[in-house]
Amino acid sequence: MKKLNTKFWLGIIVALAFYGLVQVLLTIGIFNDVTRSMLLLVGVNVMLAVSLNLINGITGQFSIGHAGFMSVGAYTSAILTLDYDVPFVLAIIAGGIVAAVFGVLIGMPTLRLNGDYLAIATLGFGEIIRIVLLNTEYVGGASGLSGIPAKTTWTIIFFFTLFTVILINNFIRSTHGRACLAIRENEIAAEAMGINTTLYKVIAFTIGALFAGMAGGLSAHTFYVITPGSFNFLKSFEILVMVVLGGLGSTAGSIVGAVFVTLLYTYLREFPEWRMIIYSIVLILMMIFRPSGLLGKTKINFGKLGKKEAKGNGSIDSSTP
Amino acid sequence: MAASTAVLLDVKGASRSFGGLKALSEVSLHINKGELIGLIGPNGAGKTTLFNLLTGVYPPSTGKILLNNESVGGMKPFKINHKGAARTFQNIRLFTAMTVLENVKIAFHQHARHSLFSSMLRLPKHFKGEEEITQKAMDILKIFSLADQAQETAGNLSYGNQRRLEIARALAAGPKLLLLDEPAAGMNPNETRDLMNLIAWIREEFDLTILLIEHDMSLVMGVCNRIYVLDRGVLIADGTPVEIRNNPKVIEAYLGQEA
Ligand SMILES: Nc1ncnc2c1ncn2[C@@H]1O[C@H](COP(=O)(O)OP(=O)(O)O)[C@@H](O)[C@H]1O
Ligand SMILES: [Mg+2]
Repeated sequence: MKKLNTKFWLGIIVALAFYGLVQVLLTIGIFNDVTRSMLLLVGVNVMLAVSLNLINGITGQFSIGHAGFMSVGAYTSAILTLDYDVPFVLAIIAGGIVAAVFGVLIGMPTLRLNGDYLAIATLGFGEIIRIVLLNTEYVGGASGLSGIPAKTTWTIIFFFTLFTVILINNFIRSTHGRACLAIRENEIAAEAMGINTTLYKVIAFTIGALFAGMAGGLSAHTFYVITPGSFNFLKSFEILVMVVLGGLGSTAGSIVGAVFVTLLYTYLREFPEWRMIIYSIVLILMMIFRPSGLLGKTKINFGKLGKKEAKGNGSIDSSTP
Repeated sequence: MAASTAVLLDVKGASRSFGGLKALSEVSLHINKGELIGLIGPNGAGKTTLFNLLTGVYPPSTGKILLNNESVGGMKPFKINHKGAARTFQNIRLFTAMTVLENVKIAFHQHARHSLFSSMLRLPKHFKGEEEITQKAMDILKIFSLADQAQETAGNLSYGNQRRLEIARALAAGPKLLLLDEPAAGMNPNETRDLMNLIAWIREEFDLTILLIEHDMSLVMGVCNRIYVLDRGVLIADGTPVEIRNNPKVIEAYLGQEA
């Protein structure tokens, strides 16, 4: 336990040093606009990837509607700061909470479904949210909300991202996170060993939605404008690519995946059609050469990233108990 | 202990059909506290199906299941586990990518006293709770001589050790009734003998009641107080090992299988 704490604080120190360095470079002014907004986008994407990994990678529930939760948080917080003058950080947190409520409401019925059916249901949820927003006059319909104050700074995004990673990682590395892992590993056995699998699926879904909602709020306050189109299926797919690329189930992998995808996104922004092609090629190459992702089967460990775990091979299992 | 005759498990006319197939018909049996009961029968007799009803994998089509005088038929599996019935699986179901220690820790989850919030915020309660779970899980692993492999990935264990880990995990849930589905399947005679001794020992040590499925009749004869025999979904006999060995219906069921 002592050892774990030392590692944890070491990681925090490294992270803070990184924060300070970037802050100094920003103050000196050597970054151009593109790099500056990329820094903010990295934070947003890390939050999205790490939170989706909790649902898809850790709990094994294949969800592809993450952009839906993101949009709920984005619209909620934007309305709060635009129309109600709610303090920025409170508006972001409120956006996360409203997204989490959606997480509970969507999760309870859909998480009874398995595999493909769950994927279709979450995809449907993301699209329904988008179409509702598209047809709601109050939130600007297709043209969305504009004039959102650009209050997301490097400091704000850094600390939100840091807390997201720490809180989700703390969850994963506890009896509650193990319960989620057990569901992924063998749902029937998890249930037979006393895990309320439905409850823990909803919990994972809700925590994932909470942080996706906050990420949405932060992104809304980065780019002045949000439209329903910013949260379409392609955005959900992009988040999924980050998680799969990094390695399902690995928090460190999700971070690496998010950074990689953000770099691609930024430097290929003039060629959006190339982006999807490159995502696809990267995914195909990975499935051939590294099916468990860049950091698959690794646990995030501040101070010691990428501790290897042996891969199980003695599985004896069948579909009926 | 031996004098106690309180009924722990009471199954009354339980049936289960799958489509047109009647996997179990009108099965009634009871187990007293502290007994070690054998459940035997040829392959496909419905033994595993009975376990699935007892542990809530699916509800009985008809009939009643009472655990400690409480009806548990149709209850969710995790609830039945909390009520005190834990099982192993004929086809081993470990959390293969998790460590041996983590596998056992999962069963202790229901006894954890630290909340989600204390874990996410790393409050002192979290560390205390996790420490307690680790301690208890290691204690169980020691009993099963698996402590040295605590950090090994469960899927990497030998077949025999995977079977033992499944029993260790079931025991960690703190059951009153332990249901073992062919725990010796695939083991060699030496391993089987050791396992039977271990089962007899944990039964004393943890004050357990055990229902043991085995399709090899000779194996259960030595250890069980009483034996139930299933054949094609019907309970055809029950009694002491000696009575079962000489029961013509049982002999016929087993000979019929070979013919
Ligand atoms: N989930 C299921 N769906 C359909 N048939 C089943 C199912 N489970 C068991 N059966 C059938 O019920 C019968 C009893 O199976 P089982 O209980 O596994 O027997 P045993 O454990 O005694 O070998 C078999 O004919 C089997 O094919
Ligand atoms: Mg069976």
